[in-house]
Amino acid sequence: MASILSVSDVNKVFEGGHEALKSVSLEIEEGEILALLGPNGAGKTTLISIICGMVNPTGGSVRVGGHDIIDDFREARRLIGLVPQEINLEPFERVLNTVRFSRGLFGKRRDDAKLETILRQLSLWDKKDARIKELSGGMKRRVLIAKALSHEPRILFLDEPTAGVDVELRKDMWQIVRQLKEDGVTIILTTHYIEEAEAIADRVGVISKGEILLIKEKDALMSQMGRKELEIELGAPLDAVPDALAHHALTLSEGGRSLIYSYDTAAERTGITTLLTDVAKAGLVTRDVSTRQSSLEDIFVGLVEDAG
Amino acid sequence: MNFEAIKAIYVFEMSRFFRTLMQSFISPVISTSLYFVVFGTAIGSRIESVEGISYGAFIVPGLIMLSVMTQATANASFGIYFPKFMGTIYELLSAPVSFFEIVVGYVGAAATKALFIGTVIFVTAHFFVDLPVAHPMAMVAFLLLTCLSFALLGFIIGIWAQNFEQLQLIPLLVITPLVFLGGSFYSVSMLPPIWQTVTMFNPVVYLISGFRWAFFGTADVPIAVSLFAIALFTGACLMVIWWIFKTGYRIKS
Ligand SMILES: Nc1ncnc2c1ncn2[C@@H]1O[C@H](COP(=O)(O)OP(=O)(O)OP(=O)(O)O)[C@@H](O)[C@H]1O
Ligand SMILES: [Mg+2]
Repeated sequence: MASILSVSDVNKVFEGGHEALKSVSLEIEEGEILALLGPNGAGKTTLISIICGMVNPTGGSVRVGGHDIIDDFREARRLIGLVPQEINLEPFERVLNTVRFSRGLFGKRRDDAKLETILRQLSLWDKKDARIKELSGGMKRRVLIAKALSHEPRILFLDEPTAGVDVELRKDMWQIVRQLKEDGVTIILTTHYIEEAEAIADRVGVISKGEILLIKEKDALMSQMGRKELEIELGAPLDAVPDALAHHALTLSEGGRSLIYSYDTAAERTGITTLLTDVAKAGLVTRDVSTRQSSLEDIFVGLVEDAG
Repeated sequence: MNFEAIKAIYVFEMSRFFRTLMQSFISPVISTSLYFVVFGTAIGSRIESVEGISYGAFIVPGLIMLSVMTQATANASFGIYFPKFMGTIYELLSAPVSFFEIVVGYVGAAATKALFIGTVIFVTAHFFVDLPVAHPMAMVAFLLLTCLSFALLGFIIGIWAQNFEQLQLIPLLVITPLVFLGGSFYSVSMLPPIWQTVTMFNPVVYLISGFRWAFFGTADVPIAVSLFAIALFTGACLMVIWWIFKTGYRIKS
């Protein structure tokens, strides 16, 4: 598939010398959902701001749909919708009016039918004449989305769309994102929540201290890097791993009630069969056996710690 | 050219104005009436005429200029400062609009509001004095140019300001004194010679003088000089704005 967004070697040094992005390169394919994960201050917002034109890059280049974001800024920006991290809205404006403004700004003719569809999709239609200040936080965030969608962009940036949003609304938000993907919109979202990336992303990028540490298909990432743990619950607690099992690299759980074996699902041999045989040979009573997949969160924490 | 964007900005800004239309309409009417009561009647009864024009009529061009300049500046500076303050400027920066289009939208709206207020004062003045207009075309032209150039100045102030105090500072410390000392309520020829020279450094003098010429056919400075001065001022503002957008001064990091 063709890449709709291509970031090459972008770096950013803010006034004062802070290097927020260090030679970031990234290719986004049309129609995918990419989740950018990263701790506070990693440079997620800076990267988005450069692509969208709010921050000047210190070096490197960005192309959107083949158009350079500086030389060809009009063509590039027409393709982009942005939902910023902060809720930036004029409190006294009315919902429909501010969405209409956004559409005009992007050079599209006024089309109230189109805006009605968008507002209905975001459950905002009955609030169309309300002032922004009369809305709840979650509604305000949806107004930001409506503004970003008002000009029918092909790429949508969502900078922490679910920060400070309750579980219910977060699920709604994911539903909206999935719907947009079905409509063919490419989505790049940033988040601190691993489960969010797990739930909706096709690919996951991890960024920390201005560098992209990894970018991979979510499923591949999880099966490739995801280790599994096998827990053998024992009939009687142990003080230490028996010598007969020492070569299996086991750990004893707290209280000695179970043995924990960590293995790689992608490996040719997991070693489970031998382990279980050896456990039986050692005369241990097995009460239960369970396995657990390590989550994206474990991977993420591991990566960021390694880089730190 | 993104005409839809210019229209969107212009309409959005004007809707703010229409929401407070009564206020926008009443306040210049009241302040003009007050000026006529104080200057025209109280002082004017002692000053028979200035250069053959009744004092009441003489102050009208200055009065219009005073309001137009302050309104154009205030509206334009607020218009662009507010999105900066609210953070909504992200939208302008990420939209497919050129800086030229942004300026046309905001400055156009601010100039329109100032023009509206200038017109209200012009009409109100007719209730108090006989007001001949010797050169109607020149009057309109001067009025338009003043609205435009001071809206440009206001735009610069709005970009430059980092808080509300700074937003008020320039209008308060620079524009109001310059306008008051610029011959709004007197003829420069009434000043002692030394002050006449000093006054010539005040750009507003040229605007008011030119505008007054459009009404009464007499002026403190030659009309060509007035025109040149306002062109120079507009040009300077445009240069600064061009530089602001080229460098992203105070809007882009
Ligand atoms: N305008 C600015 N001037 C100077 N430094 C800045 C500016 N904007 C961001 N930074 C710095 O750049 C770094 C990256 O910030 P950025 O906002 O991109 O992080 P982020 O990944 O979006 O974090 P968060 O998850 O908290 O939103 C931070 O160290 C921040 O302090
Ligand atoms: Mg951020």
